[in-house]
Amino acid sequence: MNDARNTILSRLKTASIDQTMPLARNISNSVNWSSNYKVQLFRTQLQSAQAEIYDATDHSWLMTLQHICQAKYLKNILLSPTTSWGEAIIENSTNLPSLKYYDDPVENWKQTLFEGIEAAFTSTYGGIADTGTLILWPDTQEPRMMSLVPPVHIAVIEKSKIYNSFAEALKAQHWNETELPANILLISGPSKSADIEQTLTYGVHGPKELVVIMV
Amino acid sequence: MTTKFRTQFAKALAQHEVRNNTESVVNKLRKHRLAAFPDQAEWISMRRHSTAIRANATSKLPQLLEQLETNLQRNGIQVHWADTTEQANQTVLNIMRFHDARFIIKGKSMVSEEMGLNDFLNTHGIECLESDLGELIIQLAAEKPSHMIVPALHKNRKQIARLFHSQFPSIPYTEDISALAQAARRFLRHHFATAPVGLTGVNFMIAETGTLCLVENEGNGRMCSTAPPVHIAVSGIEKVVECLDDVPPLLGILTRSATGQPITTYVNMISSPRKPNEKDGPTAVHLILLDNGRSRIYSDPELRDTLNCIRCGACMNHCPIYKHIGGHAYQTVIPGPIGTILEPQKNGLDSYGELTQASTLCGACQEVCPVSIPIPKIINRLRWEHIRKSSCSTPGAGSGRRKTEAIIWKIWAWNCIHPGAYNRITSVATSMRRLADRILAKISPWTAARAVPRLPDTTLHERLKALKIDNE
Ligand code: SF4
Repeated sequence: MNDARNTILSRLKTASIDQTMPLARNISNSVNWSSNYKVQLFRTQLQSAQAEIYDATDHSWLMTLQHICQAKYLKNILLSPTTSWGEAIIENSTNLPSLKYYDDPVENWKQTLFEGIEAAFTSTYGGIADTGTLILWPDTQEPRMMSLVPPVHIAVIEKSKIYNSFAEALKAQHWNETELPANILLISGPSKSADIEQTLTYGVHGPKELVVIMV
Repeated sequence: MTTKFRTQFAKALAQHEVRNNTESVVNKLRKHRLAAFPDQAEWISMRRHSTAIRANATSKLPQLLEQLETNLQRNGIQVHWADTTEQANQTVLNIMRFHDARFIIKGKSMVSEEMGLNDFLNTHGIECLESDLGELIIQLAAEKPSHMIVPALHKNRKQIARLFHSQFPSIPYTEDISALAQAARRFLRHHFATAPVGLTGVNFMIAETGTLCLVENEGNGRMCSTAPPVHIAVSGIEKVVECLDDVPPLLGILTRSATGQPITTYVNMISSPRKPNEKDGPTAVHLILLDNGRSRIYSDPELRDTLNCIRCGACMNHCPIYKHIGGHAYQTVIPGPIGTILEPQKNGLDSYGELTQASTLCGACQEVCPVSIPIPKIINRLRWEHIRKSSCSTPGAGSGRRKTEAIIWKIWAWNCIHPGAYNRITSVATSMRRLADRILAKISPWTAARAVPRLPDTTLHERLKALKIDNE
């Protein structure tokens, strides 16, 4: 296939390129909303994409989580035991469904993950106001399938980490100066499709419900 | 004149159910897009920026591809180059054999359609399963996609209900869209969990970081690129952008132009296989970069714009031809205006040149294109390539040239620059206008369904003279 590489590249390189179009990269993201407005917009956008949003504080979020689990009759919930959120949940687990930990490589328990887990709780890396989007940087503690396979995904987000736009988020968080994770995810609602008659239906292959707790 | 395309177009026009389904969905897509760009000034500035991003990337294509390759390899993603679709198919097969895999689960990928991957793998004993809801419907019906974004838009819920019932007899018959989607969910879940290899397309490749971006709503693209131990991504070489900062503007204009959404449910940015100590994600990630004529298109500065396309589908949603004949009538992988310029360039004007006539040159496609591709101009250019005398970089150039037609146009051209002859010929034509009426009524398919315009009894020159109006 090295032949193919050289053929393709040499063909491309023989083409004549005239003056390129000037590209000014700093023009587009000029909005700068107040933090209140950002939170408000983030909420409206996510709600219009059929996500459930809960307002909470540093102290009340655990109760909110309990309330969500009870309202949805969840029998179990997958979480990371090592994040600060996970540690807090484990300490206050009396009113919560059975806690499950992703402590084994997926190969060892894929079937259970696909069939037996009802919900997963994850933290987020930030949020985007103008599109109503959660940013996730899955890692060894919170693997990427947590936000994909269980039918309910509950995510917690700090209001202080909500940015105006995607363009601003990746600048403010210095994405291009960091070693990127294997998989970055932008999530803007529960899984959906409009492939039949352009009519929306939710919960196709990913989570059927996305629940966001803002603290 | 009956040709392959004209026969096919006539057939398509007679399929009323398909036409109704197509029209109803493109109307919805247009409405959604319009609502997504409420502010004309903002649309103009977004579009200008996106156009510049794509033009910049295209102008540096070979350098960016090399940079992309270096960064992907540094991140642990294996890069394969394929000059032809055969090479690309063979690469997929080799990877499958290396992993001893006989089953592959697929997310939506127009490039894999271009490769004819499913048929190829089937002949080698490998089973392929489409997991995007629209693509699954198409696969169950043994058809081809009729739209890039909504592959099954030519089918309505009743047809899909009958299809699902015949394919999954254990599921009760239903015309409820959400029940149909849930049936697909149940059917595919087990396959996501057990498939040895997953394959997806790519929306953008970021040279700066070595990252593949996938945009989708259902989560099947995430499943295919996360759950199986091996992930193969296939992409045309033109999908590269220079840096991370180029992604947000393109992403925003892509999803708005395609379906009117400010963003899709999932944007999946893949930069490496599973890292040490990580508990999931594929342990091997491959990217296949397909050329298949793209570097040839690249050699022509005017045709090169074709490669800026971000596959949003807006041009087909706004095309009066597409709306009436639907995607299948084009008999190409990519239908609509972008298909009209891309497919003849890829596959040759000898077999696809006539497709360039499937346009009224109304210009709607260019007007809605988020990256300002001058589709009508390229259509005109290809029409000329189709009938030109000398050869050029586009295969099949000159194949549509007919001697009589060429002679008639030559006479016409000569006539137009010789006023004496012109005046004599037009006045002869006017005096024999009854005969002309009869000829016109016979020779053109246009007049078969329309009144023939009558020639006046005096020429314009004669009338002006009578009115004593001079040339000026
Ligand atoms: S040509 Fe323009 S409008 Fe058509 S699919 Fe490509 S980007 Fe979209």
